[in-house]
Amino acid sequence: MIWLTWRQFRPQAIAAAGGLAAVAVVLATTRAGLASAYTAAGLSACHAHCATAASIFLDRVGNFDKFLDFGTIILLLLAPALIGLFWGAPLIAREVADGTHRIAWNQSVTRTRWTIVKLGLVGLAAMATAGLLSLMVTWWASPIDAASLAGGSAQAATGGNGVHVTFGGFAEARLDPVIFDGRGVAPLGYAALAFVLGVTAGVLLRRTLSAMAVTLVAFVAIQVLVPNFLRPQLLPPAHFTAPVSAQHGQFNTNVASGVTDIQLTGSFTKPGAWVLSDTIITPSGAQPSDVIMTPAGPEFTTLPRDCKLTPGVRFNPLDCHQTLAAMHLRQSVTYQPASRFWPLQWIETGIYLMLAAGLGGVCVWQVRRRRAA
Amino acid sequence: MTNATAAIEARGLGKRYGRRWALADCTLTIPAGHVAGLVGPNGAGKTTLISLATGMLIPTAGTVQVLGGAPTGGPGQLARVGYVSQDTPVYAGLSVADHLRLGAHLNPRWDAGLARRRIGQLGLDSRQKAGKLSGGQRAQLALTLALAKRPELLILDEPIASLDPVARREFLQMLMNAVAEQELSVVMSSHQIADLERVTDYLIVLIASRVQITGEVDSLLATHYLLTGPRRAAASLPASQQVITESHTGRQSTFLVRSSEPIIDPAWTVEEVSLEDLVLAYLGHAAGPQNQMLEVNQ
Repeated sequence: MIWLTWRQFRPQAIAAAGGLAAVAVVLATTRAGLASAYTAAGLSACHAHCATAASIFLDRVGNFDKFLDFGTIILLLLAPALIGLFWGAPLIAREVADGTHRIAWNQSVTRTRWTIVKLGLVGLAAMATAGLLSLMVTWWASPIDAASLAGGSAQAATGGNGVHVTFGGFAEARLDPVIFDGRGVAPLGYAALAFVLGVTAGVLLRRTLSAMAVTLVAFVAIQVLVPNFLRPQLLPPAHFTAPVSAQHGQFNTNVASGVTDIQLTGSFTKPGAWVLSDTIITPSGAQPSDVIMTPAGPEFTTLPRDCKLTPGVRFNPLDCHQTLAAMHLRQSVTYQPASRFWPLQWIETGIYLMLAAGLGGVCVWQVRRRRAA
Repeated sequence: MTNATAAIEARGLGKRYGRRWALADCTLTIPAGHVAGLVGPNGAGKTTLISLATGMLIPTAGTVQVLGGAPTGGPGQLARVGYVSQDTPVYAGLSVADHLRLGAHLNPRWDAGLARRRIGQLGLDSRQKAGKLSGGQRAQLALTLALAKRPELLILDEPIASLDPVARREFLQMLMNAVAEQELSVVMSSHQIADLERVTDYLIVLIASRVQITGEVDSLLATHYLLTGPRRAAASLPASQQVITESHTGRQSTFLVRSSEPIIDPAWTVEEVSLEDLVLAYLGHAAGPQNQMLEVNQ
């Protein structure tokens, strides 16, 4: 059975090996430049001002490397889906469509064994392909990831505001939902699940094309739902809260029109953290009604008294400061710290592998009990 | 032919698709040690019966046993039964040699010499992709796979229906050689009664899941007579003569009767019946429009 499975899978295996080899060549030849830039920026042995060094390094990363960083992420997002579509969905559906399962089932091999060997062997190949790809990409991008973790930002010169944590430019934290999917061991779990999902859809629908469509929809749905709703809860999130004092306030003042805009600046700066929520709260814990969150940070919808320009009253920035200070606004952040990257990777991979194993059981059970002709 | 148990034994066997029963309450025994022909009109349930017997379908009701075991009993049971299905599927992307390798890997009793010999006799290029073979060659390859696993029972579902007369003859020739060499039991369904007549020694006529007649071909032929003589009513025949079909002209009557005793009435012209006459008579005997659908290919 192993021989037949391998013989049937050989063209796909060769294609996958070729693709992996091509990626390996590109990554291996470009990694050296990245690594030497990392060392040159003084990051490999830095004890102080690491964030600055990291930012210098990130600013120096060339366009082709940026393209690779972006491209490999896309590749790792696509690879499990492609495996599910082109290895998983046809695995049994195509045999049923061609009637070749009748050859296989009438050799001296039970259909249970037939299903398990096919699932196991091609499933292992799926996991190996995604795992190797992720291993190569994780290795290649490690200088960029390390620089991000050190607090570097490619936009350090312009600066962001601290309330809304941005990492800027192409270099994002490894915990960022999109980057997370393209690093570490998680892609291995994604490939396993996408593959078995494809096989299951094929067994249930018996048509390769509809199985491919269902696999694509289901897998994309899982990959959207898990990072947004499940992953943040896999480990209890950490909380951060600190006062947003007037001193942190930044005014765009105009003597003629008074304060036009107040940008509050919080003090949450944890490089590599995955911010789940970031709000401004009053001492009672409620969100002030006149502050809304915008992509740039919290903003007042109506300016507080003393910050407005009242006709006939001379505008005094100090009064405005005092008013803000009296509000005792605090920044409240829930986040997953950067150190949770590997625990989250392993937990999520485990969940995906368990789901894949469960679905594999469904496949075997369905093949055993369903009509086959 | 050492096996004393039945090749196929069905008890109240049924298979339902939605509300339609493809086979309902079918009870029959096909003994081992024969080349048994399973005939019947389209929709009689032949393919369903065979699919149930080979484990391709799971019964909705009843049981079926093959060589005394459940069709999907395990590797040991699977090794005892060879099966060539109606459309004789092959792996299109695999070569003929790959198919033989597949058989060698998946069957403990695989006879590689036999497989190679047969492929050689067929003149097939073993490097050729199976998807490029003609219908006849595909059927031969499927039969080779089924034979080389050295089964005790070979089940064939309409194996020659889609073949041209030459390919049909070659296929049956190869089958008969194998039966002679390998001492295997065969159950084959077919529409081609004329072809069946050459190879079968046991007959089962199945209409609407019911066995109309079953028995060894020789004894069936020896107990059926075609009587022609002056016109008379069927009721006037002796009780020992069971009328299967009758037809009348102005002065003449023709009866096909089953009788365990020889016909001695001098009023009759007695003729022996062919297998084809016999099958057609039973198909006409069981009234129903579907009986007209039987194909007679000479």
